[in-house]
Formats: sequence, structure tokens, C-alpha cells
Amino acid sequence: MASKYSNITVHGYRRENGRVGVRNHVIILPVDDISNAACEAVANNVKGTMAIPHAYGRLQFGEDLDVHFRTIIGTGANPNVAAVVVIGIEPGWTKKIADGIRLTGKPVAEFSIEQKGDFETIRAASWAAKDFVHHATEIQREEVSINELWVSTKCGESDTTTGLGSCPTVGNMYDKLLPEGITGFFGETSEITGAEHICKERAIDEEVGERWYKMWKAYQDDVIFAHQTDDLSDSQPTKGNIEGGLTTIEEKALGNLEKIGRTSRYIDILEPAEAPGKGNGLYFMDSSSAAAECVTLMAAGGAVIHTFPTGQGNVVGNPIVPVIKITANPRTVRTMGEHVDLDVSGILRREQTIDEAGDALIEMIRRTANGRNTAAEALGHREFSMTKLYRSA
Amino acid sequence: MTETKPIPNEIPHLLVHEQADNVGVVVVEGLTAGTEMLCCITHDNSTFRLTAKHDVPIGHKIALADLKAGDTATKYGEDIGKIIADIGQGEHVHTHNCKTKRW
Repeated sequence: MASKYSNITVHGYRRENGRVGVRNHVIILPVDDISNAACEAVANNVKGTMAIPHAYGRLQFGEDLDVHFRTIIGTGANPNVAAVVVIGIEPGWTKKIADGIRLTGKPVAEFSIEQKGDFETIRAASWAAKDFVHHATEIQREEVSINELWVSTKCGESDTTTGLGSCPTVGNMYDKLLPEGITGFFGETSEITGAEHICKERAIDEEVGERWYKMWKAYQDDVIFAHQTDDLSDSQPTKGNIEGGLTTIEEKALGNLEKIGRTSRYIDILEPAEAPGKGNGLYFMDSSSAAAECVTLMAAGGAVIHTFPTGQGNVVGNPIVPVIKITANPRTVRTMGEHVDLDVSGILRREQTIDEAGDALIEMIRRTANGRNTAAEALGHREFSMTKLYRSA
Repeated sequence: MTETKPIPNEIPHLLVHEQADNVGVVVVEGLTAGTEMLCCITHDNSTFRLTAKHDVPIGHKIALADLKAGDTATKYGEDIGKIIADIGQGEHVHTHNCKTKRW
């Protein structure tokens, strides 16, 4: 049934594989930590490109290596990226990553450093990067339905105002746009603790709910209980959460889960950085609750816009995905206003309804998709953090 | 706790999620002990008055009733942890008197 949200359009970049992006980055992507310097040199040579340095990629193995590859390939494959230069220390894993990104059909060039050195690699990669900038800057935005957007969410530096205002605002947006056909992501596995009985019930059916519960329980047993040395009283909730008035993980989790609204149901569960495979709808991604790690994984899964409720004022951004900051905390609006894209503190004053705030977020998503730079983009927040499952070999 | 109508355009001091909750959240800065708070239950927009017994920062919780050690703190209509020290109505509820049941 048509609603007032059915006819919203945005101007995005249609990619070779049909997906729609809202940014048009040319990225210089290292396979591993020791290729960061060459990537940064290329990005310095060729204006309009961006290096994405990170900390890992050597001697990883097993599931941890799978997450690494999925994250790097997914970042290159993201529709916000027009073209990619991949640089690694050796040709094997470099080719694996370049070929993974090539499945999207976008231009990819790969370079490896061994037997050439940084100078020769940087020279050759700079030529490719320059060609890609010419290519990317001629791609035009086109009008598409808002339902083509993949929109992720994760909250950070939460407090009690996130559960009252900014998280329900995101939930209201999902309740309105998921029926129109957008694809959504939420996650933060450990942070559902205390609300797992509710989250399990929000699956599309019992089978998906059971799979979700097994995944959540495994995180509890294999990550939290296997490694805890105390009651996590400084970690979950965090010091910032406690300063903001959150007392327990249960309280934090119940506020967190407000992000999926009242009617939205998730249709599948994704591994970290996995792309959705069951069509339009809401997905739960198994992920850490650390802001940069979680946003990085969701971007690698294919999200093109991230909605980020914050209470005490998390400042996180992402290199390729615009992160929209939403807060209901009037003190944060007053003291950290430069980080806030959408002020919904009117909810706390009972001047604004959740429904009105949800509409305001949809309008901010529309404007962001059309090119409005978010606060995090304007302030240069490009946190790209790899999820590491265990020590390298 | 007394049923009182808000003054028109009066901004609430305390928001409560559900009728079943026994804690509410301070949503104004600089709340001082003795304030006759306007409290609003967001689920149905009903209001009541309650006197704050402590200075409580924005975002922190206040007990809506006398709570005893061993009681369950309820917010969103759900269990958010156990009370570990007696708390009087109108007093500050936080990590010093409330704790997770999970880890």
C-alpha cells in the first residue's frame, strides 16, 4: 500500500551491479598494515582519492582471516565507492581482494610491493588512481527511490536519553521505510544482553529467532564468559554510559533495541561484514558494540548510510559511509553541537513526538543521500577499525 | 506521588517509560533536591508529581517508590537489575544501589 513515504526519491550513484551509492569515493585500499604507507603516498599524489589505513592483515588465519577478507572486500565493493586501488605486500592476497571487489563490476587495479619497493609501487598505483579519479568524477547522480538505500544503525556513548529519544527515532524510521523496501542492519551482539528475550521474538519467524538466540548465546559463552575478569563494570556499560545515567547492561540493552521500532522484524542473521542475501528487509549482524568496529562491519556488509543515536556524544565517523548523529540529550546538543546532525531533544521536553522525530530523520537521510555532508564527514572522522577475533599466527 | 495536572507548556523534569516502572529518568539539567517534579509516563502521556530528594544529574534515575535491597528495578516494563541497598522514594538510583543480574 502506498504511504507518504512511497514517493521519496534521492539522487544517488547507480553502480555496475545495480546497487545505489550516495558517495563517489576513489579509495586506495591496503591489504595489510605494512602497505598503509604506500597507500597514503598514492592518496597524497592524487587528489580526490582517499587511503584507508588499518592495523591488520598479516598472519591471520581461519575465521579471523575470513572476517578480514570480508571487511576489506566489502569496503571496496560498497556502492559509495566508485573505483579501488588495492595495494598489498605480496600478490596472492592482493589478487584475492581485488578479484573479490571486481565481482561488482567496478574498476579495480592491484599492486604488490615485494620485488618493486614502495617507490615503484606508488608510481604505478598513482597512474591508476589518477585514471580512476577522471572516471569517477564524470559519473552523474541519478534519481532513484529511497527504497534502494541500505541503511544501518548502531548507537554509541548511550545514556538514558538514547532509549527515550534518539533510538526510538531510528526505530520509527525503520518502521516507516522497511515496508517501502529499504534494507536495514542492526547488531551489537553483547549489547542485547538483558533484552535477548525481546530480540528473539522480533525475528520474522521462530527458526530465525532460534538461530539468533544461538548466536547471541555463543557470544556470551565464547567471548564474554570465556574472557571476563570482573563484572564488566567498566566495559558494558561503559564509563561514559554510567556518567550518562545508565546503570546496568539490561537497561542499556532495552534502550538499544528501541532502534528497531515497534513493528520491524529481522529476516536473517549475518556474520560480521557479510552482505545480506535474502532481499530487502532488516538484518541482524553479529558484531561488537564498539562504534568504529561496528560501523566498519556494516559498511563492509553494504550499508550506504549509517544512523547513529548518541547520548553523551560519540564522535565516530567512517571513511566511506556518512554517519548521521542523532541525539536527544540537550546537554550534548549544547556542549558538542558540532557533532550533531539531528537534534531530537524536543522529545524529552514533550514538544516533539517520536513520529515527528522519525520523519525528521527520514528527511535527514534524504538530504544526506543527496550529498549533504554529515558532521562526521565535515570534521574528518574516518575511523576504520578491523574486527579481530583472536591473535594472529 | 500525587496526581496533578501540568501547568500549560510546563516541561517535565522526569520521564517514565511504562506504568509498571519503579524508576524514572531526569531529563533536565541542574535538578536540585526539593524540586516538585512534573513526571510524565511516555507510554500514555499521563503525568504525576514527585519530590526529588537528591540533586540528580540529567539522564540519571530517581526511585518512584520506596525500594528495598533485593527488589528488582523495573524500566521499560522490564527487569533492569537488582536493588542492592534500600532507596527511598525520590532518591537517586544508580550503580551505588542497583546492579546487573547478568555479569
